[in-house]
Amino acid sequence: MIRWLVGIVGLSVVASHALAADPTDIHIGYLGQAGVKSKLSLVEQPADNDGIAGARLAVEDNNTTGKFLNQRFFLEEFRLKDGEDAAKAATALADRNAFIIADLPADALLKAADALRDRKTVLLNAGATDDRLREQDCRANVIHVAPTRSMLADALAQYLVWKQWKRWLLVVGSHEADKLYADALRRAATRFGAKIVQEKVFEDTGGARRTDSGVTLIQRQMPVFTQQAPAYDVLVAADESEVFASYLPYRTWDARPVAGSAGLVPTSWDAAHDQWGAIQIQNRFIKLNARRMTAKDMQAWTAARMIGEATSRSNSADPKAISDFLKGPDFSVAAFKGQRLTLRDWNLQLRQPILLADGRMVVSVSPQEGFLHQFSELDTLGVDRPETKCKLK
Amino acid sequence: MWRRCLLGGTALWLVATTPAAAFVAYVSNEKSNTVSVIDTEKWTVTATIKVGQRPRGIDFTRNGKFVLVAVGDDDKIEVIDTATQRVVDSLPSGPDPELFAQDAAGKILYVANENDNTITIIDLENRVRLGDIQVGVEPEGMALSPDGKILINTSETTNMAHFIDTATRQIVANVLVDARPRFAEFKRDSSELWVSSEIGGTVAIIDPAKRVITGKIEFSVPGLRREAIQPVGISITRDGKTGFVALGPANRVAVVDATTHKVTKYLLVGQRVWHMAFTPDEKYLLVTNGVSNDVSVIDVSAQKVIKTIQVGELPWGIAFAPP
Repeated sequence: MIRWLVGIVGLSVVASHALAADPTDIHIGYLGQAGVKSKLSLVEQPADNDGIAGARLAVEDNNTTGKFLNQRFFLEEFRLKDGEDAAKAATALADRNAFIIADLPADALLKAADALRDRKTVLLNAGATDDRLREQDCRANVIHVAPTRSMLADALAQYLVWKQWKRWLLVVGSHEADKLYADALRRAATRFGAKIVQEKVFEDTGGARRTDSGVTLIQRQMPVFTQQAPAYDVLVAADESEVFASYLPYRTWDARPVAGSAGLVPTSWDAAHDQWGAIQIQNRFIKLNARRMTAKDMQAWTAARMIGEATSRSNSADPKAISDFLKGPDFSVAAFKGQRLTLRDWNLQLRQPILLADGRMVVSVSPQEGFLHQFSELDTLGVDRPETKCKLK
Repeated sequence: MWRRCLLGGTALWLVATTPAAAFVAYVSNEKSNTVSVIDTEKWTVTATIKVGQRPRGIDFTRNGKFVLVAVGDDDKIEVIDTATQRVVDSLPSGPDPELFAQDAAGKILYVANENDNTITIIDLENRVRLGDIQVGVEPEGMALSPDGKILINTSETTNMAHFIDTATRQIVANVLVDARPRFAEFKRDSSELWVSSEIGGTVAIIDPAKRVITGKIEFSVPGLRREAIQPVGISITRDGKTGFVALGPANRVAVVDATTHKVTKYLLVGQRVWHMAFTPDEKYLLVTNGVSNDVSVIDVSAQKVIKTIQVGELPWGIAFAPP
């Protein structure tokens, strides 16, 4: 009799446990660098919380959904200081977090990925645009939310070609990142039928980005620098290092538009984007962070939402089940781009439309109409399956 | 047989009492901040009414005297007097109201506020706010069960259909659907609830009693990529036999056998088709085409597009005056 009673009590405990079950807790780490890169334009100067502010909003969104599914999401931030080891920091974060959103340069990201190789931790790259991370240096434990340089360059090229601005004057900065972007732009020109009529290098001779003498010197420099170019339709600048591109618009010798790193810029997000319900996330973001949303914020938001989406769809507390769903064929996420975003299964790159923005307005969104693809038009942007060098392991 | 007689009788009666069965539709034009009034006798726009900013959700009050239109960027719902065709009042919603549903008696209005994760409940007689219900991220689609006991709200980023008990105003169930659910519609006999997922590209068939998904309507248009098929507005005939689903940038309305849930036909309409409404006699279905700035008229029995009517910029919602 007593045993029965105990049994019944036991049962009721199990039952009430199931009803008011312990919530599923999903821990997300955020690994970034301390300090921000300086921009030429003061209004584009990134905030200290550039990136993670988007992840915070996504965690709020995930928690609103989580309320109904008994799931809770947490975010832990870590910033690497100069010289600090990415592998060590990633390992420490991985002790407490099954997922890590990373905003790191390519080499640091690879170190972190390789340090976590034998764990189940999934890294989501929300910062690095390097194609090699999705090609020869791809890793099975890294999902890429940030677009690649080649995706950005292709998005721009499709529009310029549609616009019949097919003769490009390419100006490239003297730093490594600028050269990589120029490679992507050259590839895009070849793919979509544009012609680079001349290439010029803009040497970074050092110096301050802001001076009391202001624009006087720049106004003399830029026309001279762009003088005597062969006939061209558009100046395309590759200047990820923020040395010169923003000085070009309105200062070229010939009256020509500027695109690439200034003027018409291909990007994953812009504060002016308001199509496809985007106004709602823009408003939510401003309300939470008291500033406008950048591309890096959006990439981090998307990364954290992908984790939330996979958690609610798989309805699981097991990080392995969640990451399997994330990498599986049924995964897709909505991110205010007018269509579902999915992962390229050969290198775990998120397919996404790319916005073309001029700093005040979104001018267009690529892929452009008429650029066809047998599987997904989004695969007209970037390195496609037949060309990939990635072997996931 | 009996049924056919009755239907025939009703149709005769309509012809006899309302000359040429003229109905009036109101169309919200999201971009031009106007509402177009369409007369179905001549199939023309007879009036254009200036309203607030970004009008989207639109419906008549049950007595047909007023038209309610959610003007999202002004954070309220405006009231148009159908006699004078002017905005005469407004209702207090939350931020960015989009779609709403009213109870059968026309006394209570439930409004989805996209910007606020809430539903606002409004007393229509006294035009005051009664309270709010917290729901998922970006609430949008709204539907009341035919018995009025359950309110359905879909939330676009949470990807759920929330079941809300209208008596207690508590969420009693949540059904996870495909990405970006935008619209919910019950069959008249309450046997099914349809929820369209714009980004997911499907319509979920939900059993309203069990509150589980029992099936999905899938769409495939030859020559169109999957991503372009984005289901939004839904209308189901009164007999529950045929459903119509607007497919957004696919520029088509799918005709669905509502028993087998298979698409039987795709009707080519204007660009970016959003929402739709039957004429009260269910002879015609009018759909709004957002990008081509017009309304397509579909002959329901012939399943053919018979006419296109130019309206304002970016037409979005549409509602017919009760007969």
